[in-house]
Amino acid sequence: MSLWSRVVNVYRGDRLSREIDEELQSHIEEAIAQGRDPAEARRAFGAALRLREESRDFRLIPWLDSLRADAIFGWRQLKKNKVASAAAILSLALGIGACTGAFRLIDALLLRPLPISQPERLYVVSFAETDRDGKLEKFDSCSYPMFGEWRKVVGTQAELLAISYTERTDLTYAADGEMEKAVRQFVSGSMFSSFGLQPALGRLLVPSDDLTPGKQPYAVISYGYWTRRFGQDPRVIGRSFRMGNDLYKIVGVSEKGFTGVEPGTVTDIFVPTMMVAGSIGNSNSFWFRTFVRPGLGVAPETLRSKLYASYRAFEQERAKGFTNFPRSLLEGYPRTTLSLQPAASGISSMQGDYCVSLAVLAVMAALLLLIACANVANLMAGQAAARTREMALRVSIGAGRGRLVQLVLLESAWLAFLAAVIGSAFAWWSAPLIVNMINPPDNPARLALPADWRVVTFGFALSICVMLLSGLAPALRASSVHPAGALKGGADPRARRRLMHALIAVQTAFCFLVLFVSILFVATFDRLANQRVGFVAQRLLSLETFAQPAQSATYWNQVADHLRTVPGVESVALAGWPLMSGTMSNNFVSINGAPPTDTLAFFLRVSPGWINTMKIPLIAGRDFLPSETDPGLAIVNQSFAKQYFGGENPVGKSFEIVGAAGHWTYFAILGLAGDVIYRDLREPILPQVYVPFASLGARGVAEPRNWATFMVRTSSSDPLAMASTLSSEVSRARSEFRVSNVRTQIEIDQSHTVRERLLARLAFFFTLVSLLLAGVGLYGVLDYSVLQRRKEIGIRMALGALAGEVTWRVITDVCSMVLIGAGAGVVLGFIAARYIRALLYQVRPTDPAMLALPSLIIFAVSVLASLVPVIRAVRTDPATVVRTE
Amino acid sequence: MPKPDSLQGSLDLLVLKILSRQPRLHGYAIMTAIQARSGEVLRVEEGSLYPALHRMEEAGWIRAEWITKDNGRRSRLYEVTPEGKKQLATEESRWLAVTAAVNRVLRTV
Repeated sequence: MSLWSRVVNVYRGDRLSREIDEELQSHIEEAIAQGRDPAEARRAFGAALRLREESRDFRLIPWLDSLRADAIFGWRQLKKNKVASAAAILSLALGIGACTGAFRLIDALLLRPLPISQPERLYVVSFAETDRDGKLEKFDSCSYPMFGEWRKVVGTQAELLAISYTERTDLTYAADGEMEKAVRQFVSGSMFSSFGLQPALGRLLVPSDDLTPGKQPYAVISYGYWTRRFGQDPRVIGRSFRMGNDLYKIVGVSEKGFTGVEPGTVTDIFVPTMMVAGSIGNSNSFWFRTFVRPGLGVAPETLRSKLYASYRAFEQERAKGFTNFPRSLLEGYPRTTLSLQPAASGISSMQGDYCVSLAVLAVMAALLLLIACANVANLMAGQAAARTREMALRVSIGAGRGRLVQLVLLESAWLAFLAAVIGSAFAWWSAPLIVNMINPPDNPARLALPADWRVVTFGFALSICVMLLSGLAPALRASSVHPAGALKGGADPRARRRLMHALIAVQTAFCFLVLFVSILFVATFDRLANQRVGFVAQRLLSLETFAQPAQSATYWNQVADHLRTVPGVESVALAGWPLMSGTMSNNFVSINGAPPTDTLAFFLRVSPGWINTMKIPLIAGRDFLPSETDPGLAIVNQSFAKQYFGGENPVGKSFEIVGAAGHWTYFAILGLAGDVIYRDLREPILPQVYVPFASLGARGVAEPRNWATFMVRTSSSDPLAMASTLSSEVSRARSEFRVSNVRTQIEIDQSHTVRERLLARLAFFFTLVSLLLAGVGLYGVLDYSVLQRRKEIGIRMALGALAGEVTWRVITDVCSMVLIGAGAGVVLGFIAARYIRALLYQVRPTDPAMLALPSLIIFAVSVLASLVPVIRAVRTDPATVVRTE
Repeated sequence: MPKPDSLQGSLDLLVLKILSRQPRLHGYAIMTAIQARSGEVLRVEEGSLYPALHRMEEAGWIRAEWITKDNGRRSRLYEVTPEGKKQLATEESRWLAVTAAVNRVLRTV
């Protein structure tokens, strides 16, 4: 018989036993028929049971058989304590689910190789520079002339690919159709072939598509976009769309699964780099990353030194054109170092932004799981204690130690298995939810989250760990039973309590750590969310608008005038872009013809009334007038006055900037405005300069603009309700104008705290669950020890012990464990705080308040958890106890 | 594991030999056949026979089949498989080698 039949026999053990019995019986009958004495014939067989067991063992796999028997026994054991089992399974499921969810996110964002051929052979050029504060700044943007130089230098030793940053952009499929959004990426024509990708339909971009600037408007769309936007319609090939000033033709659909090289963003449209015509010859325009595919046998280091030498020479040449740069910054230029970073898992800013955050969340999830495991271990230890006699009986009729360990472990295996099933469902649901929380709602992060063997393997390994963590200690303890002592009922109960107490200390330490870290996160979010921004964001709507073709300021103002007539609009102003949107323009400023200082000032074009609409205080001087188009007028902020005029009133004074061509522009200061946050919530407020939106260009003629933002303050408290009305009113006022993006200023402000909000929320959730679990665990252990010591308590009370003494006796051990745990938690917290410093804002982990709060909460939870057991202990009726024992 | 019986490992050989001569025997018949063929010298214990039969069946040397007898009761009949025939040949030659060696020792000492 085969191995298979032996496996099958395990599951038909009863039938097997019957068959063996039947065969033996027929033997005896045969013997009797042949004239043997029936009694003698039976006796000849000896112990029929032993014989059957021996035969059984040949015909099935004994270990599998015992495993099956123990699994069934374990299942019955779980069913016996339904409530406790359900609680254990649920808490483990939450832990496993949280861990698996965290793993899915980390895997998808940071670990999973790109679905391209030989992802390990993909590198990205990365620069690093130490800034004035000694902090290492990393960046990876390149200019096309430099890229061309690099291609010449490496020759055939490597393939270089230019792949632009993804951008969510506007496009339209019909001449006057609706504008829609798609994520676009400019890529080298050789990218698809270098990545070994095949077209799902049509053809992919090839090197010859990427030769002439501005002349090859071909587009390849991604499989996902094809499915989402076109329902996999094969007639998509040949369709054209307008994006910017160019009319593109779709030539193909890329391979399924390839979503670009930026984890966190899914590219919809790939177009050739040559379509960024204006930047191809501009060495001051940095707009893409350079990816390197080294040839066979070419060491990355060889390539790196070649690229670096070429980069230095190129930059030194470029620096000769820096007319407005402070001399101090030009010394030893460029001070940047160049490295080749492995990019097998792709490269994206989200990786940098969320790497540490996800690690923190994963650790929190792991701690949660460990707390749950400790609870289950305590539960199992308690149950094993109740089963000491059963275990002793098993040992005395010949069960080996291994078999007893197996018996108890299989019970926790059931728990782990059921928890894993529920946990995977939880992870299935939670991971995409968290991805959705990552970016602001108008541009959600998209992360491919496949549930493949990587996730399944992780989940399986995790379940095994959970089984061992929650079951091994109780199993070993249960198996080391001494039958003689246990059957007499004299086992040492303190030994078992020691394990439980140690687990309580561990739980408290972990719980404290989770609590401490999440309080840091919540405080950080609180500080950031309540940061003074210097303007009033409520009821403010920003309408980022395109004009096709570009329009002069007169027409932009006409549209603004029209919007002012819309009911519900309080005021309207124009700006180059909204504050805090991340877009910025900056320049070095000189005072009285002195060389420029090395502090950069932010610039923004604003229309008259912008300061009013934003509700920024005008401290001195005046706003622009609608008639003023002089490019030499400016309103500056307080930081500007402090930086350049020693805090004096700058109104009436002037400053200069040096243009790229070396000519000076003079600015007369008209007004002084309050400080606002221009770009980032976290950076110190820099000098800011506002110049008239309508200002004329360098040659004194009006410059048409194709992009600006209407800032609208509405009278209703829900500005978004007016979004669609205002958008259509813009196009109604002048048909050349189209609103591309409507956001409330509050939404823009909140986009700076998305990560902090996510961390604070999830940390809060983890803390709540951890506290609940730790509380339940503490309650369970106390309750168990009160139950076990009923006799002792009863006798003490009979002898006249007071309630206070009894309480003290009950909680003293556990109390010291909680204290030890909390102490360890403080140490762990300080260690952890070092790693998460980058995620904190104006929060000091060593702040006494940051320590006092978690201590208080832990104390409160402990008191709450011990209340019921203590009351039960105090209420012990000595008479009943003494009578029953 | 079965305890070594009095036949010192020759039980497999005897069972295979009997079954190769007379296919389709039940356990009791195998037992009596061994007894008869050995001139009432060798006696197989029931306690050894059945575990051995089941072990050999598991090893694939013999196969078994249930038949229903006239009285309605079932009986399990064994026969040798081709693999069992090969095993018989090796066991037989090994046995002969061992007994020859033992005989040599008995003669010389």
